Amino acid sequence: MNLVLIATVLIVMALAYQVGLSRSRAVANGGVRLHSRPGYYGVLVALWCGLPALLLFGVWFLLQDAIVDTLVIRQLPVELANVSERDMQVLMRRIGALASGQGVSGEVQAYEMAAAQQMARLESMGRLAMLASMAVVAVVGLVVTQRRISPQLRARNHVEHVITALLAMSSGVAILTTVGIVLSLVGEALHFFRYISPAEFFFGTVWNPRFSTSGTGQQGEFGLLPLLWGTLMVSVIALLVAIPLGLMTAIYMAEYAPPWLRNVAKPIIEVLAGIPTIVYGFFALIVIGPFLSMLGDLIGINIRATSALTAGLVMGIMIIPFVSSLSDDIITQVPKSLRDGALGLGATKSEMIRQVVLPAALPGIVGAFLLAASRAIGETMIVVLAAGNNPVLHANPFEAVSTITVTIVNQLTGDMDFSSPQSLVAFALGLTLFVITLGLNVIALVVVRKYRQQYE
Amino acid sequence: MSDAYVTATNLDTSDTRRRERLAIIQRSLKARHARERRFKFTGLAAVLTALVLVAILFASILSRGLPAFWQATLYLDVYLDPEIVQVDERPVRQAGESPAQFRERELVWLNQLSMVNWNVLIDESLKANLPGEIESRQARDLRALVATGERFALRERVVENPELIGQTVNVKMLASANVDVWLKGNIDRDLPDHRQQLSAQTREWADHLHERGIIRNAFSTALFLNTDSRSSPASAGLAGAFMGSLFMMLIVILLSVPLGVASAIYLEEFAPKNRLTDLIEININNLAAVPSIVFGLLGAAIFIGYLRLPLSAPLVGGLVLTLMTLPTIIIATRASLRSIPPSIRQAALGIGASRVQTVFHHVLPLALPGILTGSILGVAQALGETAPLLLIGMNAFVANVPSSPLDQATALPVQIYLWQGNELRNFFEARTSAAIIVLLGLMLSLNGTAIWLRKKFETRW
Repeated sequence: MNLVLIATVLIVMALAYQVGLSRSRAVANGGVRLHSRPGYYGVLVALWCGLPALLLFGVWFLLQDAIVDTLVIRQLPVELANVSERDMQVLMRRIGALASGQGVSGEVQAYEMAAAQQMARLESMGRLAMLASMAVVAVVGLVVTQRRISPQLRARNHVEHVITALLAMSSGVAILTTVGIVLSLVGEALHFFRYISPAEFFFGTVWNPRFSTSGTGQQGEFGLLPLLWGTLMVSVIALLVAIPLGLMTAIYMAEYAPPWLRNVAKPIIEVLAGIPTIVYGFFALIVIGPFLSMLGDLIGINIRATSALTAGLVMGIMIIPFVSSLSDDIITQVPKSLRDGALGLGATKSEMIRQVVLPAALPGIVGAFLLAASRAIGETMIVVLAAGNNPVLHANPFEAVSTITVTIVNQLTGDMDFSSPQSLVAFALGLTLFVITLGLNVIALVVVRKYRQQYE
Repeated sequence: MSDAYVTATNLDTSDTRRRERLAIIQRSLKARHARERRFKFTGLAAVLTALVLVAILFASILSRGLPAFWQATLYLDVYLDPEIVQVDERPVRQAGESPAQFRERELVWLNQLSMVNWNVLIDESLKANLPGEIESRQARDLRALVATGERFALRERVVENPELIGQTVNVKMLASANVDVWLKGNIDRDLPDHRQQLSAQTREWADHLHERGIIRNAFSTALFLNTDSRSSPASAGLAGAFMGSLFMMLIVILLSVPLGVASAIYLEEFAPKNRLTDLIEININNLAAVPSIVFGLLGAAIFIGYLRLPLSAPLVGGLVLTLMTLPTIIIATRASLRSIPPSIRQAALGIGASRVQTVFHHVLPLALPGILTGSILGVAQALGETAPLLLIGMNAFVANVPSSPLDQATALPVQIYLWQGNELRNFFEARTSAAIIVLLGLMLSLNGTAIWLRKKFETRW
């Protein structure tokens, strides 16, 4: 229904375009020179005809249901005024089903029927009113703009203003996203801090949230430190794997590799970057974990199949391409004059790289490492599958750990009732995660930008 | 001049000094060259390690997943005994009947159908193919051969074509998951009875039917055509997850590509250089690096908690993934626009085009391949994303193929997550790998298209 309406508006817009086009041609036939080409007059008429109508439709669409619902609720019998919110929702759903002619199972109360009839009446009224006002707006827009067509009308400039405004509005979406993230995280985290004090959360050393349904009155303990520690442990292991491998790969690719190897190996390593993290998680679970555990048996260490080591190792593999492609870009940006100078003084290639290129590229490379670290900290699926979910403070990488991201998933899946600290804690954790990664990113971006300016 | 004098007078000493210096250099040279070789070798080793890791990853997934595309299947002749299949005609909706009333009558009829003991039909057909008398107390062992969902497949066939009642039909039924595991050797055949998943009798029968060719390894269409199933793991498939992913990708393409390209054009071509645009730029760079799970929290709080959109709906998933891929697309589009040389713009402006005309008639068409590549990569990234979807309830068990973006659905990567956690490990490990192969196939073909486009239309200015 709504799609049909939108399609109709689009068709009307196409017609309006034709009207504007032929009108402007008729004006031009008198031998006068138009300010813009006829097509722009057509577009202008179409825009004035269609955009206000669409805007109206959007507003109506968002508001009608809420308005109708409040009107219907106001007509309900008085004794229903203080039922719980959930019962009210059920009731409204039943009334909605009756009103749409779908019918409901079970006995229909008289007041339900009355409310449904009223709702249906209001809805059809609203619909008619909307259609009428849309038609009026469209026709008025069409007629007025069509009248305005004259050789002096700067149609192109008008159209271009509208286009630029639309473009600018789209770039606002990114801002809105950030605002949405910050608001939702901070808002729900504040809810959480009403139950648990921030000091208890940030400095608590025990993570034992209990279940929200156990109803024993006990709150559970929400200490962040074990999770933070686990996150740190896994990330450090990941970086210990990814940084040497990624950096050496980048150096070899940038300085030594023959073109054919570069052409073959680079895309293959980039494939690693495109693999979904759930696949890495599964790989960790069924290949790396059992392998490490077997290795541990061989040398007499007890390594769990799902442990910080397993997760960290696989996460390291995941961020190799990230480190290597960023470092590669940065290494190739080091000016040739520096290399030539070093080689001219008799340095071997490796001395040139280690003593001239790397120090020159260091800020950029450090930036790349920071970005890699922020990736590792925010990574979810690998740790969900392979870290073992054991939120206890300990320093043994061969044991299971839990991380911030794992806990967010555990606390929020399946439970969408945002009223217990057990699910709200996910937002406090998310906020912590967001702040940490944001900090790392900002530092990294500043460092990389400084470095770029240095050599541009 | 004085230098020359000094050199001339101290010719002998400087010569010896030079020779000494040369000797030192020569001695150290060997060590330095060795270090050079070691360094180069470390680099090569790093590259090879990375390549070997890719190889191991793919080899382990392929070796586990490929066999799961073929599945143990029973080819049986089933007699639809009218004595057992006793049902009325299918009800037709009558005039003046509300949909809810009709639905009630239809449910009665469907109830009647599910009261039919389809298992007995299958049992009889199996008995005919197995040696010896089979007593009724062995029915359990017998039924363990066939996937439990297959009797519903038999029912569906009768629902579609009631004339089949009384005839013998040739049906293809999936063997149960445990039979599949047993026949493929995914469980140790020498394990003692109490650790086997099937009774000794069932195992013997399975082997017997396998030898007679009644159980064959057939290409598993169930994997592609069925939805997830709890009661009948052998017939669990990806169709529901695939449709869920498809809906989400459509939403992502419809929203994030136009929005992303539009904001990139604005920022790159029109935006005045001021604090606000600087802020937007920093903001976009940061958004690109925000962990994906944070977008899931955003979706849970705003779309579900505040806007009350339905849980587990591809619409919500699509919106969350749109917000997540937007920065990627913006950044790729901006890079692509930036690579168009200013001379193009100057030429267009020079002959009197407006800025909007310059951008839309000249710059944008030239930047299109880059934009397309970036968009495809963004969509591929969204296709493989799991974590945010878990937070908006898309990990619910869904037994129907979603028919609109508002229905309950799951997604391919989430289905992988659900399957890997299934307790029937030795069956679902292969099934999960097969699902991963499907997902990777889709993603790699998307990525491949992007790379091919980039290669084909790459212009060096």
